[in-house]
Amino acid sequence: MPQTNNDAKPANILAGLLKNQLVIPLAALLLLALFNLIADPSFFKITLSQNSNGDPVLNGYLITILDFGSELAILALGMTLVTAASGGQDISVGAAMAISGSVMLRVLCGSDSRAETMQAPIIVAFIISCVVAMLFGAFNGSLVAFFRIQPMVATLILFTAGRSIAAWINHNELPIVKDPGFGYFGNYIPGIPIPTPFFIAVGCFIIMWALLKFTTLSLYVQSVGINEKTSRLNGLNPEFIKLMTYVILGVCVSIAGFIKVSRLSTINYSVIAKDIEMDAILAVALGGNALGGGKFSMGASVLGAYVIQFLTTTLYKFGVSADALPAYKAVVVILLVTMSAPAVREKINALKNKKNAGKQASAAGNA
Amino acid sequence: MSERALLELRGIYKSFPGVKALQNVDFTLQKGEIHALMGENGAGKSTLIKVFTGVHVKDAGDIFIEGQSVQIRSPKEAQENGISTVYQEISLCPNLSVAENIFIGRGEGKFVNWKENNKKAGELLESLGINVKPTQQLGSCSIAVQQMIAIARAVDMECRVLILDEPTSSLDESEVAKLFKLMRDLKARGVGIIFVTHFLDQVYEVCDRITVLRDGKLVGQYDIETLPRVQLVSKMLGKELDDMADIKNDIPVFENSDQTPVYEGTNLCSTEGISPFDFKIRKGEINGFTGLLGSGRSECVRTIFGADKVTSGTVKVDGREVKITKPIDAMKQGIAYLPEDRKRDGIIGDLSVKDNIILALQVKTGFFKPFSKSEAIEFANEYIKLLDVKTASVNTPIKSLSGGNQQKVILARWLLTHPKYLILDEPTRGIDVGTKVDIQKLMLKLASEGMSVTFISSETDEMLRTCSRLLVMRDRKLVGELTGDQLTQACVMNTIAGGDKNAADK
Repeated sequence: MPQTNNDAKPANILAGLLKNQLVIPLAALLLLALFNLIADPSFFKITLSQNSNGDPVLNGYLITILDFGSELAILALGMTLVTAASGGQDISVGAAMAISGSVMLRVLCGSDSRAETMQAPIIVAFIISCVVAMLFGAFNGSLVAFFRIQPMVATLILFTAGRSIAAWINHNELPIVKDPGFGYFGNYIPGIPIPTPFFIAVGCFIIMWALLKFTTLSLYVQSVGINEKTSRLNGLNPEFIKLMTYVILGVCVSIAGFIKVSRLSTINYSVIAKDIEMDAILAVALGGNALGGGKFSMGASVLGAYVIQFLTTTLYKFGVSADALPAYKAVVVILLVTMSAPAVREKINALKNKKNAGKQASAAGNA
Repeated sequence: MSERALLELRGIYKSFPGVKALQNVDFTLQKGEIHALMGENGAGKSTLIKVFTGVHVKDAGDIFIEGQSVQIRSPKEAQENGISTVYQEISLCPNLSVAENIFIGRGEGKFVNWKENNKKAGELLESLGINVKPTQQLGSCSIAVQQMIAIARAVDMECRVLILDEPTSSLDESEVAKLFKLMRDLKARGVGIIFVTHFLDQVYEVCDRITVLRDGKLVGQYDIETLPRVQLVSKMLGKELDDMADIKNDIPVFENSDQTPVYEGTNLCSTEGISPFDFKIRKGEINGFTGLLGSGRSECVRTIFGADKVTSGTVKVDGREVKITKPIDAMKQGIAYLPEDRKRDGIIGDLSVKDNIILALQVKTGFFKPFSKSEAIEFANEYIKLLDVKTASVNTPIKSLSGGNQQKVILARWLLTHPKYLILDEPTRGIDVGTKVDIQKLMLKLASEGMSVTFISSETDEMLRTCSRLLVMRDRKLVGELTGDQLTQACVMNTIAGGDKNAADK
């Protein structure tokens, strides 16, 4: 049986990998890649061309994924921490992005929504929007930590009100930043053919990695998420730690919001970052992280975010209209989430073990 | 008593997977008596109650009501047989009115005549001497009144057997008195009352007879006059007064030393309802809190560690006045606390043995100084070896270890912080004998090296073997302190029982 002998080796590697949380998002990624490879290999083509300003840029679906997956991946960082510590999700991140983006434009444009020049340096605008997003994060966080409201219910408040607040900040006008420099952050820096959001995302990953590596955040967050009472008796302050995770998510929100408004140099309050909260939660789930809190893998969440963007881009490529997109996505999501459910994983594991045993037996028979 | 018993249980057996909860238990309740059901936690009191209220179905045995054999398979059948229960936590609806609560779920037709019901409720409450308006919202009444309304509801359902499960635990003294008056009234009407409580004083105040259970078996049924307190305690604990040979111990006595105590607390009190107490411990001393379960011994040590909300008291550590309101304050003073409920307060189930061991020290060290992986593994391995923890690896999740090994991991966590004062609350509960001995030996060794230890155990002989001073708790009050010659089983039991002095003079 030469055929079985051939795939016996990858099966063994897979068995080892199955213990790793990364396996589900990786498998999903491979599956999507394989589908595209069979359906239309041109999906993987990357070309170098010039944009309207005459600067060299890379084109291709893969570049699109890296570009547009950035905001999602950045949000997934914060969402993972919030999920792990509070055992629930923040569904207001889309609305909060609208607020922080709106604040940013307000600072940049000042009183005139069509200002010819920026009224403040970008860094100042970013810091102010970041502080605002952190405050809203702290608002959500204190509802969850001190008032013990279920996270989804607590964040429902901002989810409902956020976009109105965003519109109110700019008196319902749509300010436009005319300085091309502002657009660099959501598009391309002249001369660099790789989209800037990708660099920003990588920067965020490095900062998060350092935060997890050089502080005890990971241990504290997991302890609080698994057993709050024990954590308290070991000197932790569970309320403060939960609050902190929401504030950190606030920072992620402001960075993602910055990229979003920079892409267009303006804002549309009702459409910007619409439904992104669901994708961010999905990224965490797809990464195999327990949505009830506790242990987490940051890498798996980030990978999960890119897998979702991969899926979205694939669907767009095959001509699925923006309106029909959620329905297609839902089907794939059901598959992915059931696959990563512990009950199903156990079954798959058991099946694999059985198969392996059978293969070894037959291999021994052949020898 | 020639009359036929109101409720009679014969040879009741009930097991759960792995536990024989009740073995051959008999129980008899007469008309018009208040009968105390006593026993330590896990003795089978709740299981027995659940058997005749239909929550659990018995494996074997017979139940008779007024001489007639009955089957009780569901709470509804129990109710139809006139058996009603009022639980510790009130299971009424606080947002409904008093009358609604009395009549809810009992209407026969589709229509309810609230006017009529309010009138009936008013009469009922008046006849029982409960002073509330039927239209008042239940939530606005005090806990005691709510409890009495629950009883009124049971009475109106023509209950013949009324079970009161820890009804007094959240009541103050005047409320308890009111409840007792109501109980006596019902007794006069011929209702049989089964009273479950931890409070010995209350048993002797209202009860006529006592049934004692221990380890799922019947110890006996006694008239209250024939069973002095100290006997009752010894029956509950399963230690006969006669065979309590004193255990020799050569533990140093610290009473006369003028050394500054490692820890000294005065007038300590927390929100958990204990009376303010004073406490001190010296270097190298092992002392302990003893008393029945629920007597407040855990609450005392939790106050010392700042685990509950501390409401008053001053604390001196090594003679310096410090403030301990949170666990981290205590940890910074070198105090460590191994909690009573390992699952709920001790382990972080999904985290590895390694992470569980380093947790407390890591928190003490600080947010910006995480241990490297190799440091953490080194710490973990050191204590796994020292305490002989049986685990597959340092990365095994703690929840997959056995109870004894989990306990050792928690102990390792606190030993790693090198405390000068270690509090162990029931460290030996639910673990095998070998580990129990290990832990006691370790305690003595640590004390000889200069660590102060406070030890709580339900097994008095463990404490007598290790402690040089015992603080005795009763009904959430510190009632005595035993040292030297007083450290005998008999003396401990007398102090726990308190009150009647005659029995104490052995």
